[in-house]
Amino acid sequence: MSDIEIEIDGQTCTAAPNQMVIQVADAVGIYIPRFCYHKHLSVAANCRMCLVEVEKAPKPMPACATPVAAGMKVFTRSAKALAAQRAVMEFLLINHPLDCPICDQGGECELQDLSLGYGKADSYYCEGKRSVKDEDIGPLIATDMTRCIQCTRCVRFGTEIAGIRELGATDRGENMEITTYIKHTIQSEVSGNIIDLCPVGALTSKPYRFTARAWELVQSATIAAHDCIGSHLYAHTRDGKVMRVVPRENTALNETWISDRDRFSYEGLYHEDRVQKPMIRENGKLKEVSWQDAFAFALQGLQRTLNRSGVAELAGLISPSATLEELYLFQKLLRSVGSTNVEHRLRQSDFSDAMSVAPLVFSLNEFSDADVILLIGSQIHKEQPIAGVHVQKAFKRGAKIIAVNMLDYDFHFSLTEKMIVAPQAFVSALMEINEGKNAMAAVLSSAKKVCIVLGAAAQNHMQAGLVRTLAEQIAKKYNAALGIFTEGANAMGAWIAGAVPEKQMPTSAKAYLLLNVEPDKDCGNPAATVHALRAAEFVVSFSIFHNPILQACAHVIFPIVPFTETSGTFVNMAGDWQSFTGVANAVGEARPAWKVLRVLANYLQLSGFDYESSEEVRREVKEKSLARVPVVVKEVNVVADIPKNKIYRVGDIPIYEVDSIVRRAKALQAIQPVMEGELAAVRMSTEMLTQLQLREGMEVRVKQGEHSVRLPVKLDTHVPGGAVFVPGGIEATKELGNLFGEIEIEGID
Amino acid sequence: MTEKKSSLPENIQRKIDQWVTRYPTEQKRSGVLQALMFVQEHNGGYLTEALMDAVADYLEMPRIAVYEVATFYSLYHLKPVGRHVIDVCTNISCMLRDSQCIVDHIKKRLHINANETTTDGKFTLREVECLAACAAAPMMQIGKKYYENLTPEKVDTILDGLE
Ligand code: SF4
Ligand code: FES
Ligand code: FES
Repeated sequence: MSDIEIEIDGQTCTAAPNQMVIQVADAVGIYIPRFCYHKHLSVAANCRMCLVEVEKAPKPMPACATPVAAGMKVFTRSAKALAAQRAVMEFLLINHPLDCPICDQGGECELQDLSLGYGKADSYYCEGKRSVKDEDIGPLIATDMTRCIQCTRCVRFGTEIAGIRELGATDRGENMEITTYIKHTIQSEVSGNIIDLCPVGALTSKPYRFTARAWELVQSATIAAHDCIGSHLYAHTRDGKVMRVVPRENTALNETWISDRDRFSYEGLYHEDRVQKPMIRENGKLKEVSWQDAFAFALQGLQRTLNRSGVAELAGLISPSATLEELYLFQKLLRSVGSTNVEHRLRQSDFSDAMSVAPLVFSLNEFSDADVILLIGSQIHKEQPIAGVHVQKAFKRGAKIIAVNMLDYDFHFSLTEKMIVAPQAFVSALMEINEGKNAMAAVLSSAKKVCIVLGAAAQNHMQAGLVRTLAEQIAKKYNAALGIFTEGANAMGAWIAGAVPEKQMPTSAKAYLLLNVEPDKDCGNPAATVHALRAAEFVVSFSIFHNPILQACAHVIFPIVPFTETSGTFVNMAGDWQSFTGVANAVGEARPAWKVLRVLANYLQLSGFDYESSEEVRREVKEKSLARVPVVVKEVNVVADIPKNKIYRVGDIPIYEVDSIVRRAKALQAIQPVMEGELAAVRMSTEMLTQLQLREGMEVRVKQGEHSVRLPVKLDTHVPGGAVFVPGGIEATKELGNLFGEIEIEGID
Repeated sequence: MTEKKSSLPENIQRKIDQWVTRYPTEQKRSGVLQALMFVQEHNGGYLTEALMDAVADYLEMPRIAVYEVATFYSLYHLKPVGRHVIDVCTNISCMLRDSQCIVDHIKKRLHINANETTTDGKFTLREVECLAACAAAPMMQIGKKYYENLTPEKVDTILDGLE
């Protein structure tokens, strides 16, 4: 159908035939007041604020629910329109408490703004107002339901975007309430968006509440740092401190949404663990020193160790959420010294598919026309919440979702087919699909467009090399778009910057450089990593936060800043180089890591480290930028010889334990147990309980090699036979070995 | 996931199964009104959270969606009610025809207020919105029956006639 012309306030506008008047008006910049309408939600047309006059229509029409027609004439500011808007405004305020001075939304409230612009000063209403009891819906969102104007945006968001319907409108008429009805903590991983959606102060941010007024805040653009999507954010700061984080619209990535992790992680930025001053170890004790002394001490220690043991004994571990510039300088420093031992894939253990498999460039757009989406080792909602929103959207559109997983995750969509197998059977499950033998293969072959998501469990699996190779073969076979959804914000950047070793990393080294690595939480084998660090002669850590392991074994700690306090670049899974500037002041004497690395390199008298700015570093990376190594699709014909009678660990990282900042964000920590239950446990199926002769609640010894911890047993029907779920990245399991691997369970007498 | 067993009684499940055959399979949730009705009748006239949850799970719909339905319609009771629920319309037409007098009369006779149940568990009184019998206002509904053009005397006769 071809475009038509309509006229709004005398202005001729072109419109697509199925558009609503409000969309056309928005496109040409004519503002029509609204509460319930939102461009990414369905039309509810229940607030009536958008009433406009339409020529020949006897009554004012809601612009959000009035489709355009050729030759239509719309008046948004005519006497009739204004009178209608004013009347609706008066009506909406009848039951509104008008408590703006004590309302957190004051100053950025749509009701306040529209009341000023379209309302009137007085009201005919003099009867009593209703009040509504507030509900406790969890640590993230505060409620003041008396303020609710029942636009139902929050309800529609749950159904249409989050895919999990937790809020509803109960009762009717004057008694209608937005509620969870029963006591319920909101569990969606993107729930915070209803704070932005709510046009009034009924839903506000609990952590941010009463800490600042909108007009005191400075808004600066930045990029999200906890997954590989790189959502666009605004940080709101006051006096150089981040007070809250909100979404910045981006059509290709996060639209108008962000994950709760990206929204509430800012609380971690100011945790008391922040390292504020450089520290060195003297006589076994860490003490604060000046930057010069710390550099001199680091230089001495590194030279001593390397002279004695050789440069091959130097290894560097760096967070996959470091900036491109940090990653580049970190590896450049190591390589300039002569070591190629640099790694960012901290939780992965198998690189047998050659070292050449960089993450693939994958645009979220691929989901938009996929009719089958295959999840391999992925709990997409928790690992990549915004990608989860896109998959949810595809599901709503009718796409079939199928999964090969090692835990039977509760997705918000339903799966058409699934294979839930223990880690030791994972590769053979993928081979079955690849050979086209099972029901899943049938779904795949009937599809026009397939997307494959390779998640964290697939990449951290003990046979990740085979898993990746098979995923690539399956992708080739079904002509699918394959996305390797990496952990951290910048794995793609790490590859581009060259923060990968030429051959497998040594299991131990004499000297270590660590950048934002908490060895006991960020590594795939914490016990082995901690052991290696304790045995090392010299450990230099560039740290945002203090960590007990580093307190015990680092010789130098340089205080560095998180992404909010430095300029830098993250490269997301779509291959976008997203640069940002520092939005907040550094805490204490902490400095951007790229500067610290530059100075350390100068101390080490390495050439080529005279950068003036992070942009200069970025330019150099861009020039050198490793063209992505083409993926070599190898022939897989061996069934990996894995003892089938053993028990294997599934070691997923809980949603709010993924990195050092998130682990210190208070509200997220408070909601973690609600999201995934008690983490300090070994979970298994009923069959496993019987097989091992255990009962729920019993304490057992969980062993991997020499390492063991005591944990209570929990029944969990999501865990397949032959496996137990023991999460990683947490305090209770930090003394264990590989996230995925053999594990023994022993009863304690 | 393990197959979820429904906590609804077998015969109710069968009734619901039969009822939802009139809708396309992917829209079986359309049967929620009738399913709640079956369950309410079975449960002695009112719904509990557990029963609403069971219906939601059975029809594979969000639980909150069932709460919405159950709280929206006055034909569902969320608390125990008397054997006879008296719904007196107090909306405009009935109000103009003095429904207040009817309400007051019943209150006095039964010694209860609106939304209360007599101690013997026989009657519950409620004020409801228009039941679409305006032409015969004032009116009330008891159980499935409408009583129209009410006067206090007529109300007495009706109530006397109930078990
Ligand atoms: S709580 Fe806010 S978003 Fe939800 S219906 Fe009320 S006003 Fe709208
Ligand atoms: S915005 Fe149109 S009715 Fe609410
Ligand atoms: S107003 Fe009472 S039946 Fe319509």
